[in-house]
Amino acid sequence: MSDVAIPPKPALTAKDFATDQEVRWCPGCGDYSILKQVQTILPQTGIPRENIVIISGIGCSSRFPYYMNTYGMHSIHGRATAIASGLKATRPELSVWIVTGDGDGLSIGGNHTIHLLRRNFNVNILLFNNQIYGLTKGQYSPTSEVSKVTKSTPAGSLDHPFNPLALALGADATFIARSMDRDPKHLQQMLLRANGHHGTSLLEIYQNCNIFNDGAFEVFTEKASKPEEALFLEQGQPLLYGANKDKGIHLDGYKPELVNLADGHTAGDLWIHDDQDFFKAQILTRFFDSPATPGHFPRPFGVFYAAQRATYEDQMELQIEEIIATKGRGNLDALLQGRENWTID
Amino acid sequence: MSVPVQVVEDVVIKFAGDSGDGMQLTGSQFTNNTALIGNDLSTFPDFPAEIRAPQGTVPGVSGYQLHFSSQRIFTPGDNCDVLVAMNAAALKVNLKTLKKGGIIIVNTDGFDNKNLRLANYPDGINPIEDGSLEGYEVHKIDVTRLTREALKDMQLGTKEKDRAKNMFVLGFLYWLYSRDLTSTFSFLHDKFSKQPDILDSNIKVLQAGYNYGDTVEAFSVRYKVEKAKLPSGNYRSITGNTALSYGLIAASEMSQLPIFLGTYPITPASDILHELARYKNFGIRTFQAEDEIAGISAAIGAAYGGSLGITTTSGPGMALKTEAMGLAMMLEVPLLIINIQRGGPSTGLPTKTEQSDLLQAYYGRNGESPIPIISTSTPSDCFYAAYEAVRIAVQHMTPVILLSDGYIANGAEPWRYPQTADLEPIKVSFKKKLEEGELQFQPYLRDEKLVRPWAVPGEPGLEHRIGGLEKEDITGNISYEAENHQHMVKTRQAKVDKIADYIPLQDLDSGPAEGDVLVLGWGSTYGAVKSAVAELQGKGVKVAHAHLRYMRPFPRNLGEILKSYKRVLIPEINNGQLIKIIRDKYMVDAVGYNKIKGVPITRAELADAITNLL
Repeated sequence: MSDVAIPPKPALTAKDFATDQEVRWCPGCGDYSILKQVQTILPQTGIPRENIVIISGIGCSSRFPYYMNTYGMHSIHGRATAIASGLKATRPELSVWIVTGDGDGLSIGGNHTIHLLRRNFNVNILLFNNQIYGLTKGQYSPTSEVSKVTKSTPAGSLDHPFNPLALALGADATFIARSMDRDPKHLQQMLLRANGHHGTSLLEIYQNCNIFNDGAFEVFTEKASKPEEALFLEQGQPLLYGANKDKGIHLDGYKPELVNLADGHTAGDLWIHDDQDFFKAQILTRFFDSPATPGHFPRPFGVFYAAQRATYEDQMELQIEEIIATKGRGNLDALLQGRENWTID
Repeated sequence: MSVPVQVVEDVVIKFAGDSGDGMQLTGSQFTNNTALIGNDLSTFPDFPAEIRAPQGTVPGVSGYQLHFSSQRIFTPGDNCDVLVAMNAAALKVNLKTLKKGGIIIVNTDGFDNKNLRLANYPDGINPIEDGSLEGYEVHKIDVTRLTREALKDMQLGTKEKDRAKNMFVLGFLYWLYSRDLTSTFSFLHDKFSKQPDILDSNIKVLQAGYNYGDTVEAFSVRYKVEKAKLPSGNYRSITGNTALSYGLIAASEMSQLPIFLGTYPITPASDILHELARYKNFGIRTFQAEDEIAGISAAIGAAYGGSLGITTTSGPGMALKTEAMGLAMMLEVPLLIINIQRGGPSTGLPTKTEQSDLLQAYYGRNGESPIPIISTSTPSDCFYAAYEAVRIAVQHMTPVILLSDGYIANGAEPWRYPQTADLEPIKVSFKKKLEEGELQFQPYLRDEKLVRPWAVPGEPGLEHRIGGLEKEDITGNISYEAENHQHMVKTRQAKVDKIADYIPLQDLDSGPAEGDVLVLGWGSTYGAVKSAVAELQGKGVKVAHAHLRYMRPFPRNLGEILKSYKRVLIPEINNGQLIKIIRDKYMVDAVGYNKIKGVPITRAELADAITNLL
């Protein structure tokens, strides 16, 4: 027997994750960027392509699996989270990604989303938030701002919107983060962080719908306003923002305050970001004012919270192993026979 | 003085009391005891939807009917020989089912003024005192006082003592039917191993009830039912939901597919979840989801990953699962949807039985969405029906609906249980890799059964996408092309129709191959149809009985059979559902017999219905 050196598998590239299917999102849609960033980071994760499963619900974002050369399922409205739960419970070794939107994941599928978060399956949720219903052609969504004028709300919407990350933290999510389609680098970092987390990772991605809700996030994404409106969180670093990095957040007890370094504050006075701190994370999710409100807080981007808690599938495996260890592997004949039986000759 | 023992062939006892009186436990204990002595038996538990309906009232009455015999029997009996009434309401509800001259055993404490008022008897009327029960053999026992008396040396409070009342009645009936108490002793030891006081009190009262029979001299005769002449083999007593759970476990073992049950509690299906959750040492994963939709969706996810995906529910729950069932059909993944039917519509009669989800199973989805349907006809048959449903699902890559109902689910009967060696293994083939010359995996390329390959994540080279959108034939890519859609709709239908080539032909349960009347039944009417048909056959009537297991597709020879009789009678516990499908498919002018009262059809009712057709 001769030793034949097995040549190392060539490393995968972003192209290896593309399919031959024509991408059919509207030209200019933010989804293109998200697709590109996901295809870019997956080779870096080192996960074999055959072990990746992307499950989506219904909506524009949910076409995602068709464009990814992995295993994938385009399912029904709102249920990707539930389908992924069953898959992950039975196949813990797979890397499961859920692609959903503000309608799919927070409206029709809201129930499954919160229950997935509390169970903490080790899956990644990419929540494409464009604050509008795109595929049904422009009705307001559960994340649309109040008074939104759409086809279904010509006089303005009445509903108070969800704050997705606050909702997720309320459901005891173990990882929450926010990014945006128009900041590819940041989005790539967040995707990698989400993938690295052992537990449910909820990554909210601000995604522009240039047809029905164009510019919904432009204050956070456009060069002129981004430095003033977007606050990028970095572990162990003070909460600083502004074009000149001269503004920051000071925490007075539990009360956050906007401060200006020019007013005598130093970086040492500022809130230092700690993504392990559940209470601080709760306050951060509440930085959710409309940018039109005078004196409003900037909108945070980055990892708000990342904590370890046992995952559902790990505990399920453990429970089965323990029971088999104590009772022994089940015996079908003994089961059928039962404890009380009799014989007729 | 010892009381003489009279051998009888056949007895029906109804235990009835307030829903807090422990009648279900009493009934099931008597049932186990009956099974162990080798009688044939059939039971019918009947209880209110409320856990504790207002005490003492008519809606709060819980009953357990047990039919046992030294002959083969197939129903829990149309009428009772013995009625045990723990209170006035129980007597009021059940007296009409008691045979003339039957035995009534009443707990006199349950007939005080308060109980009489709660049971809506007019002021001053007490049925056990006013002579209105003349014509019955009434035995009045002050069960409450005798129970307390038996426990007078124990430190328990009165409330705790009174909880053992049902044991007194059980002990007394064990005496009356010449039974041994051992089975219940060992049951009590298991159940109350950690509560020695409760264990002790139950045993004392059970024994006191038995001794009471010996000492009271009220009965001049005891009864005994000899062993039934059942086919030789090993037997146990089994309820439908337990047998169904065992069928799933057996199918899992014999297919090497681990079970994943995604479900949400609903009456009367929850016991399958409870049962499967006990057997994690078979590698079973049970997942109590946040709702019905999540339950089936998780099961679809598990099936996609290569597990045996199962969801259990009842009518309203299946309505919620509808869209996901359509997805499973469209994806063509194996999945079991188990519906333990109950009275509908809407919330309906949750604890009562009905066969009213057949049309929902057939047609209750958007688009052209054929799903095979299997039904089960008796408690022990649930084992085989579940096994067969799994076989079809995994060998034909399709969701399968299994229809049971509350009557079968909770009813018990002796079961000549099989050995693993008796079960035919369920062959499953996964697509593992691209074959030589195969350039790209085609997820919707079909075999001669029109079945597509089951390729699960984790296999390099087989990466593919599936979804609910219409897919192009063979490749599975999204396609809105007109010809393709028609082709795919027809193909999915043909695939389900083709299952008929892989199931047995329909047989006759009894009767001539042609004749005056064919009774075509499905599901839980089996025992009543069988008994009624046998009775009429004994009188020379040319009547036959066929009972369907395969509801979709039907066995290939069903049309032939239907055309071999002058009349076809289809009895159903619904407003006429199978009959619509049969008329549509076979153009047969069948006649329905429909009872929609939340209770099984009786033998006598059916015998009349058949006779009326002659």
